[in-house]
Amino acid sequence: MTSQTHPARPSDTATDPAPDEVSRRLRSVDTVPGSDGVLCGPGCDCSDPAAPPAVDTPPALRIRDLSCTYCAARVSGEGHVAYRAVDLDIPARRITALIGPSGCGKTSFLSSLNRLTDLIDGCRVTGRLEIDGVDILAPAHDVVALRRRVGMVFQKPNPFPLSIRRNLELPLREHGVRNRAERAARIEAVLRDVGLWREVEHRLDRSALALSGGQQQRLCIARALVLEPEIVLFDEPCSALDPLSSGVVEDLIASFRERFTVVIVTHNLAQARRIADHTAFFWLVDGAGTLVESGPTAALFDHPHHPLTRAYVDGARG
Amino acid sequence: MTAPRHRLPPPQGLADRLLGAAASAAVLAIVGVFAWLLADLLRHGLGGLSWHFLMAPVEAAGRAGGIAPILVSTLAILAICLAAALPIGLGTAILLAELGDANSRFGRFVRRCLDILAGMPSIVFGLFGNAFFSLVLGLGFSLLAGGLTLACMVLPLFIREAEEGLRAVPQEQRLAAAALGLGRWRMLWLVVLPAAAPGLFVGLVLAVGRALAETAALLFTSGYVDRMPGSLLDSGRALSIHIYDLSMNVPGGEANAYTAALVLVALLLAINSAAAWLAGRLGRARWQVA
Repeated sequence: MTSQTHPARPSDTATDPAPDEVSRRLRSVDTVPGSDGVLCGPGCDCSDPAAPPAVDTPPALRIRDLSCTYCAARVSGEGHVAYRAVDLDIPARRITALIGPSGCGKTSFLSSLNRLTDLIDGCRVTGRLEIDGVDILAPAHDVVALRRRVGMVFQKPNPFPLSIRRNLELPLREHGVRNRAERAARIEAVLRDVGLWREVEHRLDRSALALSGGQQQRLCIARALVLEPEIVLFDEPCSALDPLSSGVVEDLIASFRERFTVVIVTHNLAQARRIADHTAFFWLVDGAGTLVESGPTAALFDHPHHPLTRAYVDGARG
Repeated sequence: MTAPRHRLPPPQGLADRLLGAAASAAVLAIVGVFAWLLADLLRHGLGGLSWHFLMAPVEAAGRAGGIAPILVSTLAILAICLAAALPIGLGTAILLAELGDANSRFGRFVRRCLDILAGMPSIVFGLFGNAFFSLVLGLGFSLLAGGLTLACMVLPLFIREAEEGLRAVPQEQRLAAAALGLGRWRMLWLVVLPAAAPGLFVGLVLAVGRALAETAALLFTSGYVDRMPGSLLDSGRALSIHIYDLSMNVPGGEANAYTAALVLVALLLAINSAAAWLAGRLGRARWQVA
């Protein structure tokens, strides 16, 4: 693999800006002229979905006024808002990075996109979340079909404690691929896709847990891809890996541009810069995660509209 | 890959040496007791052990003949016990570990009940089994009543072990299964249960051990008729009751009591190793090869 292209990345270690610095700048947000104290409301051009440059195809995901609330039944009082009123278009067959500090709702937001939030007790997602014009939040929407179209890869590699082959066979069987030869062909194709075939072809029937962390994560990516999804969600896929494996996985994700719609949560700003076409910046406002600004990656990093964004990307850089 | 083993620092001062000596003495005592027990059993029991002893009917209240009907009754009671306890226990463990909130009032209540039941003296189970299975359900003194009573007794043990085993399956794997569109039962069947198999087998082995060793709960339920049982509704004498009877009530039965005890211990060891072997094979089969 091309791990040589990723020598030690000194900038990667400094992901979050110094908290003091950011909160100092945060306090000045409401006084910024023109912002009206509203972070990226519908009138704000910084995330105006109608005019995202360089996107000429309809978005893969159209997100309007999406909010997520946890109302823990046992905790009295009102629920905790994970993120509030997010408007965002995820461009098709491009890589969109979600950045921002911990606890600002990025992962909750990501999990809403395949309705994995359904599994969390007391978690409620409201708003509109459209794929091809269909609101997938409708209770009647087929979640199994949704999850076949929207795959997900998690922060910690989580292969099943089964053989490498069974890890990939299991989703195929569950989604009705009965033909053994077809399954074998798809497994080989997807393992080649993630660059794992040569490493594992002679030990497909051995436990997936015997693989290294980076290999396990690539197997998990293969498991998400084997169902041929249109959209793949990545929740900090490199943060549990060593730098070399992280580089391999990152190159892999970058190679998905044009083939899949990728949404990736990352704490690693340098990584977002390297691979993402579009970047969305989340921040905690009044205790709720809020989409502050989104746009093409280069523009967002080099000419952020919002002072919060500038503070965050500058802090990370310096 | 195994983590490097770190050695302890060398002993310093009297306290360290005393601690080492005390620990060694405790280990020696345990091993010694086990060795003594085994040696005693072998010395007194091995002489009477023969094919004939295992295959012959009981004669002269156990002084002569063999233990064939006793073995059959014991295995029948064990089979009934497991047939009843495994599905009920697994179902309860799944409910507690998978379907419910771990800290819900209901879950805590059920767990409290199980802990109390697990600590209940077996004679109490015997009385309950006699009152409920033998009298109320009309099963009388029978293998069925004995097996079901034993099932009640081993259930709390098995449920707690099985629940622990299910809980030990990492949450990430459930998330992975859900993200692939697996429903609740498919996730349980394909991912959680195979991953929890070792814990479930530990529970099974503990349950078998407890059931085989039980005497008091069976006195009032399966009875102590030493003939070959003709059906599950016949009374039958379990091995542990046979040993008790020979050593306490039958003058001149000591030799055969020793031999029967040797058979019981051998049976226990055999079932334990078989379960361990099976768990290993099953684990390999479902986790790595299949």
